Parts: sequence; C-alpha cells; structure tokens
Amino acid sequence: MSRLAIELPGLSLKNPIMPASGCFGFGKEYAKLYDLSKLGAIMIKATTLETRLGNPTPRVAETASGMLNAIGLQNPGLEKVIAEELVWLEQYDTPIIANVAGTLTEDYVEVAKQISKSKNVHALELNISCPNVKCGGITFGTDPAIAAELTAAVKAVSEVPVYVKLSPNVTDVGEIARSVEAAGADGITMINTLVGMRLDTRTGKPVIANGTGGLSGPAVKPVALRMVYEVAKQVSIPIIGMGGIATVEDVIDFMSAGASAVAVGTANFVDPFVCPTIIEQLPEKLDWLGLNHVSELTGRSHR
Amino acid sequence: MIKQERMCVIEQKEIAHNIFEMTLSGQLVQEMEGPGQFVHIRVSDSTEPLLRRPISIASINQENNQFTMIYRAEGRGTTLLALKKAGEEVDVLGPLGNGFPVHEAQNGNTVVLVGGGIGVPPLYELSKRLVEKGVKPIHVLGFQTQEVVFYEEEFRKLGETHIVTVDGSLGHEGFVTTVLAELEQDFSMYFTCGPVPMLTAIQNMYPDKKGFLSFEERMGCGLGACFACVCKTTEQVEVDYVKVCSDGPVFPAGVVQV
Repeated sequence: MSRLAIELPGLSLKNPIMPASGCFGFGKEYAKLYDLSKLGAIMIKATTLETRLGNPTPRVAETASGMLNAIGLQNPGLEKVIAEELVWLEQYDTPIIANVAGTLTEDYVEVAKQISKSKNVHALELNISCPNVKCGGITFGTDPAIAAELTAAVKAVSEVPVYVKLSPNVTDVGEIARSVEAAGADGITMINTLVGMRLDTRTGKPVIANGTGGLSGPAVKPVALRMVYEVAKQVSIPIIGMGGIATVEDVIDFMSAGASAVAVGTANFVDPFVCPTIIEQLPEKLDWLGLNHVSELTGRSHR
Repeated sequence: MIKQERMCVIEQKEIAHNIFEMTLSGQLVQEMEGPGQFVHIRVSDSTEPLLRRPISIASINQENNQFTMIYRAEGRGTTLLALKKAGEEVDVLGPLGNGFPVHEAQNGNTVVLVGGGIGVPPLYELSKRLVEKGVKPIHVLGFQTQEVVFYEEEFRKLGETHIVTVDGSLGHEGFVTTVLAELEQDFSMYFTCGPVPMLTAIQNMYPDKKGFLSFEERMGCGLGACFACVCKTTEQVEVDYVKVCSDGPVFPAGVVQV
C-alpha cells in the first residue's frame, strides 16, 4: 500500500490532500491545469436545493496574509449539480465529498438524500458553518443541540458517511464536536472561515458588500490548528483539518494536531498547483521525519 | 493553455505619473491568444500581500517571447510590483480570460476604440492587430489629467487618436463621450475598456452598434473557481450571471447588466 494512502469512513484516499469546498468550484477550472485524479478527494462547492446567485459584489477583500469572502453559496442548485457537475467529475478516479447547505432542516435533508445517491459522492460534508448567508448556514453550527439535530436528520437519509463542517465562530468548538459525534456524525471537517470585516479607510464603510465576510488564508492557521488540537482530544471520529494550509509543513502540523487528512482552500487561489505540489513533496517530508506512512503523523502532538 | 511561470523582467519604467510599463520574458507568451486577455501576477513570494493581481496585457511579441503590461502603482500590490527591476523574476499565471474578438472586424472597416485611464493598455495590442488586417481604428482615449496620459504617440502611429482629459490639461476637455458625440465619421463597431460608468455611457450612446466591452471586477482566483467576480446579466442572454475572469473580461454589448 502506498505510504500516502488513507482510509476514512466512506473514503479510500490515495493521499490525504484535497481542495476545500468553495475554493475549487466543481473542479473544471483546475482540470485545465492538472489531472484531478492526483487528488486524495475533492470537496465540491456547497450545493443547495435551489439555484443560488449569491451576494452582491464586491465579494472578496484581501487582508493581512488572508482574505475575506462573502460569496453567499452561489451554486447551480441540486438538480444541475447532480446531472452535470457530478457526472462530469466521474471521469476522474477521485472520490467526491459533497458539501451540503440549506436554509431549513428539510433543505439539508433533501439535498443529502439525493446527492448521496450519486455514484462518485463517497461522503457528505454538512455545511453548518457558512457565515455569509442570512438564514441557515452558521445558525445551525453555533448551537450544539441544533447541530446535533440536523446531523441526525441528515444521517437518517444519507447513503454515504456524513462529515460535519464546524464553525470557529463559537465559544467552545469541542462542545459542538462532541454533540455532532453523539448524533452520529462519521467525521468532522474543520474549520470554516472566521467572521471578519475590512473597512475602506477613506469612507469608513465595509469593503465587502455583505458587510462581513469569512476570513481565510495563512492568517487563520494558528486558530484552526488550535481548534483541531482541541477537538482531536475530545472525539474519536476522524478529522479533516483545514484553515490556512498552503505548504507541506502546514499539512504536517494539522495532521500532528490530530487531523487524518487535510483540505487546502485559499492557497488554490494563490498557487493553483498547490495541491499536486504538496502531494509530491509529502514523501520527502516523511523521510525527513523518519516516518514510513503518512498516517503516523496523525495525533503526534498528543502522544 | 494556462501556465504558471517565473518570468524575467526585461524592462520596467514609469511612463506617466505612477503608471508603469513592464516587459516580461518567458514561454508563457506563446500561449497568449490575443488582445484583451490578462495575466495574474504574484507580486511577492511571501503571504503578504496574499492574492494575485490581475493586469491586462498591453502588447505581445511572440517572436522574442516577450509581453508588455501597463499598470498603475496604486495599492499595496502594484506598489511592490513597481519596485521590480530588470533581471528579477515575477510569478505569472496566464494568459487568462477571453479577449477582444479581432475577427469581428473586416478589412476596410472603420472601428472605434475607446479607453479610459488604466483601461487603455489592452487597446494597444488590439489596435495593432486590427491595423494588421486592414481595419482603420479611431482611438478615443480618456484620462484624468495630462500627467497620467501615456502611449499617445504609440496610438497615433496606428491611426487617428483623440486624447481627452477631465481637466482639459491635454487634448479635449471632458470625457470620452464628449469626443464621441462630435465624431463625424461613421464606424462599424466599437471596442472599449475602462471604468463601468464609462462603459455604460458608451453602450447607451450606441444601442444599435455592435460593441465589445472589457470589464474589471475584484478577483480571487482569476480562473473562474471562486465566484468573486460575477456580474448579473441582462435578459438578452440565457445565463443569470457571468464571471468576469473566465467568461470575460470582454463581453459583447448588452450582455452584462450595467
């Protein structure tokens, strides 16, 4: 077996590297640059029941070593994602993790039920942490009881394992993690973006039309790493870690803190080849650490 | 094909106040299809500033693997870019986007090219390509003031050129529309790049003419994946939105809701 291969609920990964949801569209743009079969998995853009056109522009603003975004879950809707995007992705030998979003519990349930039937969708990522929509999203991810209820409802209908994407915009991330684990979550993905703001110094008004946006990029890595470290101590289900990962060293840090695999987000915008580059560099880093298999990294910080 | 390459700075000079002309060399130039495409530049190898800067291509020389871009040093990124010296390397992703459809103009046609400020550069390669195929360009180039005017002579060599400044310090006083309103010669189509209010004014001025507008919007990836630069479309087209980076930046008149 390859020294990079990882087995997680529903997922046989060639390597632990995958692009994060919202930073990779449905893969088409990056497929022009490299073979998507190189990736461990692909977390596709959040899918909602209906077509969403997202928020007004400007939707992004650069910040110190990071960026804010408030795209607003723009996506073509469940029907088109299943019939067009997922079918197109079938040409690649890469499992898809479908990010599921909605306004009401029923929306999540309906999207989960249908999208989990697609043959290349091997897991769901329950988006209870989008900070940029008025209804749904983060409102499900900041209350442990509501998060658990939604997790259980989606678990009841999903044909594939369910990972829950946690929000960092909470007082105690461990409490939410334990709560979704108890409700049947098969894994956790973390973290989503941190709510932030940038002002136009001249006018005093927010740069992003939505007012606030989600902060991502290298600036958030210390926060994400700390949260993965916390949660890893409190749950026994696997964690897919993310938050500012841009280099192979970042990957090692997240896995050491307790992640079993990682997702690369904003860095795809800076260097579109970042995922294959990291995958290529991983074996050499394992040699440097004297490790045989990448899974030996997971939880090193706690041993 | 889109490539990422560390390209070599051949020359960099300030050609007007805070307006820089940078010539870069590398294999990526062979991929450039035409005027109106852009490159996405990483101005620093560190995380600061983090994102790339989209900059339009001003001229392409595939014989010697060089291209030139003209940009205004205004924010953090472009100010750093302006410090690059000949011999240094710059991380370039490109070419990106769809440019101006040169094929739409026929030998013998007269066309109008309207540029506003830092929207002027892509019109230079466009004009060269049009002249090569026997099209007669009329250039109407608007700037804030004399000190930021650039490439006047370069455009004059290619055809009739009208310079207009808001304060009247060079050429006509007013806006590009002032000059366009007085233009006596008829033309078959227009090509324009500049601020949205200018694009809107031009589109409204010539509702029956064929026209192509190049838009600018805050971008993330530049590839079409992040959905940062979407624009709403008009009822004339089937899709609800377009992405400036990958569907554009050039769109036929009437497609983008302005």
